[in-house]
Amino acid sequence: MIKPRQTPISQQRPYDRIHNFDEVPLGYTEDEAVQEANRCLQCQYPTCIDGCPVNVDIPRFVGQVARGDFAGAVATIRETNSLPAVCGRVCPQEDQCQGVCAMGRKFESVAIGRLERYCADWEAQNGPCRPDIASDTGHRVAVVGSGPAGLTAASDLRRLGHAVTVFEALHVAGGVLMYGIPEFRLPKAIVSREVEALRAMGVDIQLNKVVGQVVTVDRLFEQGYDALFVGTGAGFPRFLGIPGEQLGGVYSANEFLTRTNLMRSYRFPDYDTPIRIGERVVTIGGGNVAMDAARTALRLGARESIVIYRRSVEELPARVEEVEHASEEGVFFHLLANPVRFLGDDHRLRGVECVEMKLGDRDESGRRRPVPIPGTEFTIETDTVVVAVGNEPHPLIPKTTCDLETTRRGNIVADPETGQTSKRGVFAGGDIVTGAATVIEAMGAGKRAATAIHAFLENGA
Amino acid sequence: MNRILEKKPLGPCIWEYLIEAPDIAAAARPGQFVMLRLHERGERIPLTIVETDPIVGGVRLVVQEVGKTTCEMVSDFPVGESLLDFVGPLGEPSDVAQYGTTVCIGGGVGIAPLYPIAQALKTAGNRVVAILGARNADCLFYEREFAEMCDELHVVTDDGSRGHRGFTSDVLQRLLDANERIDRVWAIGPPIMMKVCADVTRPHAIPTVVSLNPIMVDGTGMCGGCRVDVGGETKFACVDGPEFDGHQVDFDGLMARLRFYAGSEADLLDRHALQPCQRKQEETW
Repeated sequence: MIKPRQTPISQQRPYDRIHNFDEVPLGYTEDEAVQEANRCLQCQYPTCIDGCPVNVDIPRFVGQVARGDFAGAVATIRETNSLPAVCGRVCPQEDQCQGVCAMGRKFESVAIGRLERYCADWEAQNGPCRPDIASDTGHRVAVVGSGPAGLTAASDLRRLGHAVTVFEALHVAGGVLMYGIPEFRLPKAIVSREVEALRAMGVDIQLNKVVGQVVTVDRLFEQGYDALFVGTGAGFPRFLGIPGEQLGGVYSANEFLTRTNLMRSYRFPDYDTPIRIGERVVTIGGGNVAMDAARTALRLGARESIVIYRRSVEELPARVEEVEHASEEGVFFHLLANPVRFLGDDHRLRGVECVEMKLGDRDESGRRRPVPIPGTEFTIETDTVVVAVGNEPHPLIPKTTCDLETTRRGNIVADPETGQTSKRGVFAGGDIVTGAATVIEAMGAGKRAATAIHAFLENGA
Repeated sequence: MNRILEKKPLGPCIWEYLIEAPDIAAAARPGQFVMLRLHERGERIPLTIVETDPIVGGVRLVVQEVGKTTCEMVSDFPVGESLLDFVGPLGEPSDVAQYGTTVCIGGGVGIAPLYPIAQALKTAGNRVVAILGARNADCLFYEREFAEMCDELHVVTDDGSRGHRGFTSDVLQRLLDANERIDRVWAIGPPIMMKVCADVTRPHAIPTVVSLNPIMVDGTGMCGGCRVDVGGETKFACVDGPEFDGHQVDFDGLMARLRFYAGSEADLLDRHALQPCQRKQEETW
């Protein structure tokens, strides 16, 4: 008999979890995983695989889980996905594999993400599945940036037998997985484990190396690298450009989250990096990063956490689960509103003036364009604002590399299938090419680029 | 990696370090900075590069004990010890060219980052007039180095214990009053000094470069914490700077942002029973 609903996952209760940084969903038990896996119809022509940007063989791994063959399931996932513990937690499955799951047409889709997470966590407890590594090809590849795109490219290239060096600007590898996504959504120990697995495969990870400054892309070729993958992401925070944005108390989401996640300021003064927030924190934006910031604010001790978003609930770009979790925790959504200016005295933030919005005609993105309603200005008193309205590509690599074509917005121009840029031997993928997107899309780009780089090297670089 | 090769006192609470970092030493140019982190629980702090020694692969820095990290570095990190993280060079290098007569103004530990710039300006064929200011004679350093390199050197101290009594901006004003030809000014020091120097040159429309030291977290363009209003535009000191047109910088905004964590910083110092030399001054060069 078909069970119409997903097997529920146990979670920390909202009232408890806003007082800690521990993970919110606690994961399936073995029985729950097997039960959920048995909901899969094992379609003859599955649609879920194409729904996955890295094409995990979902029916196969879910079938293995249903039979209790967890080691087999891990191996299946790892064939195409080098970061399953991450993807099981942060992928927007409802828009991808689960969005096209045949079960989902009539009932709730199979909880593929939760099953993937179960398998990855099972692997962590029962010993890693070591991938086969081809014999050395003699080729050297440099990967710039150790976020999801870079880690995936590095893993695939190493498995194909190339010598891989990853250059990371920060003092830890993982990129946005470390500095951006909070501990309660993606424990940092999980990312570290994946990075260690990469090291164990023989990938050389060089931290504290800013390519474009200490060494340029052109210089890397002179040093003997045969090809290069740029996965430097969209890490340059965008601001609103409204008056008062320089006031103390206005944070970019990047700063707010970097202080908390990377520098562990939630453990100040045990850790040295401080963060200052008031009783009421206002987050501007409606994406996953905004949800992360609003929920982080509660855990840092804010009594009230308010999200201001200029469109309505239907357009909220965040994952459904993130919005649900935020709501459960008491985050208040002030929709159809937009900040006009920040108010302050003596250079200290005192409030944010907003205007009510309504939805007008559809814009080029297909969403209805928000339009301010004159005369509806109102002020929210606050001394802490987090601006989470997106990021721009980091300009350093394009600026310091000869013959690397970029778009008007500063993204590197790259073939979507291969990642090939305008410069021979240089491939790029992830947010630096597409603008801010998802972890899994960046991984997909890293994967496609690795295949293309391999072909480039084999065909005589 | 990141081993401390040399460490010596330059004055009260002012220390000169040479850190082993051959790739940074090879790549750095005057005006650029590094970020460092001492240990796992440490914060990342920016320090402007004073000099590089390509032969030993060293990066020279001047550190003043003003916050937890700098105090801890001086007390716990002797020669032979290594810093956990050391990344650079960061920021844009100084725009060194042949301008004619350049006046290089250094206040407090701002004298340190000024040194390589003045040297580069001299090498580029400029006449270099240096004005160095410090609280007192003990706090003044690199006087001999500047004297050997510059065409003209003025020294001032707050209490008159060395050189004239007064501020660096007073000397700059005197030079202008005497109708000295000045083509470009570099002013590096506490924000208030840079602000006053920029105010002095503004009526004369003399291009005045300042090097800013706002609070930074990553130092690579990611957090935006170091943003500063320059001519009505938001600039990031870490990637657009650290040098900017002093006539365009909103110094009041900069100083307010620098004060934002003063309370947390004081808590941290108390908790670790650390004694910085001067809690009241904001300079963190």
